[in-house]
Amino acid sequence: MEIVGQLQKQFVDFSTSLYGEGFLDEQYLQLQKLQDESNPDFVCEVVSLFFDDSEKLLNNLATALQQQVVDFKQVDAHVHQFKGSSSSIGAQRVKNMCVAFRNFCEEKNLDGCLRCLQQLNHEYFLVKNKLETLFRLERQIVEAGGTVPVIVA
Amino acid sequence: MGLAAAEAQFHVLAVDDSVIDRKLIEMLLKKTSYHVTTVDSGRKALEFLGWNEGNSDEAIFSPKNNQEVEVNLIITDYCMPGMTGYDLLKKIKESAVLRDIPVVIMSSENVPSRINRCLEEGAEEFFLKPVRLADVDKLKPHIMKTMGKETLNHENQDNDKEIVETEIQSQQQQTPQSNINNNKRKSMDEGLSPDRTRPRYNNGLTVMSN
Repeated sequence: MEIVGQLQKQFVDFSTSLYGEGFLDEQYLQLQKLQDESNPDFVCEVVSLFFDDSEKLLNNLATALQQQVVDFKQVDAHVHQFKGSSSSIGAQRVKNMCVAFRNFCEEKNLDGCLRCLQQLNHEYFLVKNKLETLFRLERQIVEAGGTVPVIVA
Repeated sequence: MGLAAAEAQFHVLAVDDSVIDRKLIEMLLKKTSYHVTTVDSGRKALEFLGWNEGNSDEAIFSPKNNQEVEVNLIITDYCMPGMTGYDLLKKIKESAVLRDIPVVIMSSENVPSRINRCLEEGAEEFFLKPVRLADVDKLKPHIMKTMGKETLNHENQDNDKEIVETEIQSQQQQTPQSNINNNKRKSMDEGLSPDRTRPRYNNGLTVMSN
């Protein structure tokens, strides 16, 4: 079917670009490996958990950095958590931003932290958008009667 | 308990305060055919294992709980609020009832001194996060080691009681066992360089057609 072929190509091209541009790393592939017939929504479920957790963390970070006296340890704790979760799902650019953020926390550099938070927000919503697009493409392929191509490293 | 358990699935208790990591480790373990229980703190892990701290200094184990819950391995995150994975490890190794359960530590941070401390305290393995299927495959030998031990312990229970106290003391002074110097060191060596030496993702993608 022509439409399936087109969608599959779109999916492959899009996936390739996500990995190529560093939005996703090998860990995302590891997640795919864990998904199977008995757990067909595993990746989607983990990513949804990531979305919820991340948005909560971003709010907590904003609040923590707005305090009269900023508790950098608390800020660092949030970033540490974010670094962990983004690493676990393979959101590489988000993870890298967290690494930079932690350095500013250590230096107690408020300006640096605020800038990082801004960039972190940006990177997070970028990857969220991209993952949602990816899931949408997968759904479209399946609805058109095709199977989702498997990407391997 | 005993031989009948060998036929059933192995039961792993996973401890992690991150909901995402709990989901991940659960899936990794299920994929390797383990029966999994996940908890979000060290305290809950101890409760699950039947630990009830009574009024005295010694932990009182509820025999009923202990019999219903058979755990063949504990895998725990290191960085957790309240009780860290290391604290949990210590409590387990200090307990005459729990000390034989193999414990594996996971951490997102590659800190050689941290790894050493855990291994010296009795952890079997130290996994860097994110944990992979290849890591989970390493768990079987540790579980199998204790399956044999358990049947022995049942026979020698009375003899072992006195030995237990002195063993705990000498273990704390012991230098790391030689078997630590195999692939467990791998994480430490990798820690010396800023990047982990995992295969890096590159553009050499291939697509498997279905």
